[in-house]
Amino acid sequence: MTGIEKSFPGVRALDGVSLEIRAGEVHAIVGENGAGKSTLMKILAGAYIADAGTIEVDGTPVTIDGPKSAERLGIGMIYQEFNLVPDLGVIENIVLGIEPVRGWFLDRSAAAERARAVLAELGIALPLDRPARRLSVAEQQLTEIAKALVRHARLIVMDEPTAALTDRETDALFALIAKLKAQDVAFAYISHRLEELPRIADRITVIRDGKAIETRAIADMPQSEMVRLMVGRPLDAQFPALPPVAADAPARLTVRDLRAASNVNGVSFVVRAGEIVGLAGLVGAGRTEIVRAIAGADVPSGGDVAVDGRVVRVTGPRSAIDAGIALITEDRKGQGLVLGMNVRENTTLAHLEDYSRGPFVDRAAEVAITDTEIAELRIRTPSSEQTVRNLSGGNQQKVVLAKWMTGDARVFLFDEPTRGVDVGAKAEIYALMLQLLARGAGIVMVSSELPEVLGMAHRVLVVRGGTIVAEFPREDATPARVIAAAAGVAA
Amino acid sequence: MRRALDRGVVRIALAIVAFVVLIVVVNVLTGGNFLTPGNLTNVLRQITYNAILAVGQTFVIITAGIDLSVGSLIELTGVVMAQFANASGLGGPLLVIVTTLVGVGVGALAGLVNALPVVRLNLPPFITTLAMMLMARGLAFHLSNGRPVPLNSDAFNALGTQYALHDLLAPLGLPGIPWAVMVMVAVVVVFAIVLNRTRFGRYVLALGGNEEAARLAGVNVGLVKTFVYVISGACAALAGMLLMARFQSGSPNTGIGSELQSIAAVVVGGTSLMGGRGSVIATFFGALLIGVLNNVMNLIGIDSYTQDIVLGGVILLAVMAEAIRKRVFAA
Repeated sequence: MTGIEKSFPGVRALDGVSLEIRAGEVHAIVGENGAGKSTLMKILAGAYIADAGTIEVDGTPVTIDGPKSAERLGIGMIYQEFNLVPDLGVIENIVLGIEPVRGWFLDRSAAAERARAVLAELGIALPLDRPARRLSVAEQQLTEIAKALVRHARLIVMDEPTAALTDRETDALFALIAKLKAQDVAFAYISHRLEELPRIADRITVIRDGKAIETRAIADMPQSEMVRLMVGRPLDAQFPALPPVAADAPARLTVRDLRAASNVNGVSFVVRAGEIVGLAGLVGAGRTEIVRAIAGADVPSGGDVAVDGRVVRVTGPRSAIDAGIALITEDRKGQGLVLGMNVRENTTLAHLEDYSRGPFVDRAAEVAITDTEIAELRIRTPSSEQTVRNLSGGNQQKVVLAKWMTGDARVFLFDEPTRGVDVGAKAEIYALMLQLLARGAGIVMVSSELPEVLGMAHRVLVVRGGTIVAEFPREDATPARVIAAAAGVAA
Repeated sequence: MRRALDRGVVRIALAIVAFVVLIVVVNVLTGGNFLTPGNLTNVLRQITYNAILAVGQTFVIITAGIDLSVGSLIELTGVVMAQFANASGLGGPLLVIVTTLVGVGVGALAGLVNALPVVRLNLPPFITTLAMMLMARGLAFHLSNGRPVPLNSDAFNALGTQYALHDLLAPLGLPGIPWAVMVMVAVVVVFAIVLNRTRFGRYVLALGGNEEAARLAGVNVGLVKTFVYVISGACAALAGMLLMARFQSGSPNTGIGSELQSIAAVVVGGTSLMGGRGSVIATFFGALLIGVLNNVMNLIGIDSYTQDIVLGGVILLAVMAEAIRKRVFAA
């Protein structure tokens, strides 16, 4: 790829990027949110068409004008949010669009044969008939890889492949990548998890502000250097220092024996003003469900939630919001934002009555608060009127935060606040949490990244089976102890 | 902000230019019969019913729903209002107001019945409003024994045939503006303000764009959705009232196909059936475009079968043009 350019309304996403990926290499691509990584990869996969620049495959200039032509050129794309048809089985998904036929009819046995062959080649076993919606994240990903290989992909683009994988699944994925590498398959590997790159990548390209800043062998680029190149300035320690909780700090949030049908089975804990409580646990342990029940996203079936000592009857999101509880969900596109609305409309959505006169929305007041939040959270947007669909992931996340900053919430429930977010935006989100603490807020943080839980929480609660099984003050929370408690084994 | 504004201005300017060109062409085609005060008044009067239905339909469609019952509700409310007016013993403006309130009440109630299964059980609105379409029509036939209910009311007769602003426009050689058109303008203006300027309107757009995000932001999604169907039912009742006034009867089969006409107006106006976007003003222009087309084809003497073919083609073209425009502006 040479001199690739691409603009969106109000945003210049790519500004002459050149990139070379060799056969049989894993080429890591890193950059902050909004740097242009995803746009670049989507151009490669035919999802977007470049405004300028050339693409060559095996030395021959090519035109990629859609997903089909990318597929013909041997380019397979595995998106972070997978592209499987939820109700079709593994086999049907693998051969989707290239189904073998006999006359006018689908040839099921040939399809199964083909899927089995590719899975055997990969050395992996999948439940072939299970619909994709019931596969685990790792299984879905393997299905996607098989799907790409059935189409004879020689370059596979992976966007944040390990974001939702356990450590063991990640190991298995890396082994698979190594195996395919040996068969001369190339990988473009986008990741925010810089620490995993030396294990898997051969070379690395850093992208910043729509330009390729530097390409080097991975061995020649230590992590600190990656971060420096990504943000264009050296970054301080990964986690800021947490201010201690005042000895007489009052309880902001009290949860007593909370239960909900969604796998919340008698949860009790207290969060004090100025305190961050981390919820750790394995995927499926019930952490997300706990915060959702507190915020009324799922209605609790029993137990008490109290804010500042006053019991809140949680009957739905509104009652929790009115009591001063804000839930920042992990799935910003599905649950956090109305993508077709602009920054202003999203920012004021949860507290629109504060920016209204009678039944009428006061647009001037809306613009004022939105501009304040844009400045305070450093949201990169041309204006408050920009549609959030056109913003980068990190900036979208900031709009979600802006929405909850505008009210007078005193309890903030963060569910995976930094998932899929780059180093720079991470630091900004942590800084924002500290600001909230300084205002006297209480924070509950659900995170699957153990270092984050250990680094950003005053106390760590370990969740298993929808209930809290262990509690560690910060000093005692070691990775070994937390993991042991989460898995239910003796430390 | 500036760019968005400029783009809006450009679009509106383009639309006006296209409209003027169209009118000139049309006027030449019809041998000068189109641009006469009488004919223009006629066009406006003819689109009144569809425009009012389509305003309500716009709200429903923005929430990614659909209301198939509005055609039947014209009939049901028309029959109920005619019978009520005849039996009430009232007269003058009071009769019109009370009768309209009764009709709007019936329409709103039907909207409520449409909405409850959608909100409570998550049933598709296509089904619940289809059921209401059948039930309302059946009920209208029952109440009227299948015959139009004649209306004996001077007040309604005046509403259906008289002109507003007569004195103001008389010096210009115009008869004034039909009362029905005044009602339509009021409905369009009021609901344009409701959609664009009120919290309720914002919530309608938000839940159409992403219902779960709206719910988690504390929007009472069920209540907003319910109101949307109530508005649609009430608009159907207003259209039914004007139709009744015009024809001096409440008839059980005047609304057949109206629901599809109203959907066509919304879609031609550029509102997406996927929800989340839409405009009352654009819907009005959609209804106007369809009305002008019908009128012109009548003036040129195109037979009604051919008219349907042309109308279908225009709807398709309008939606395709919108899709292409979106692609050009978004890419």
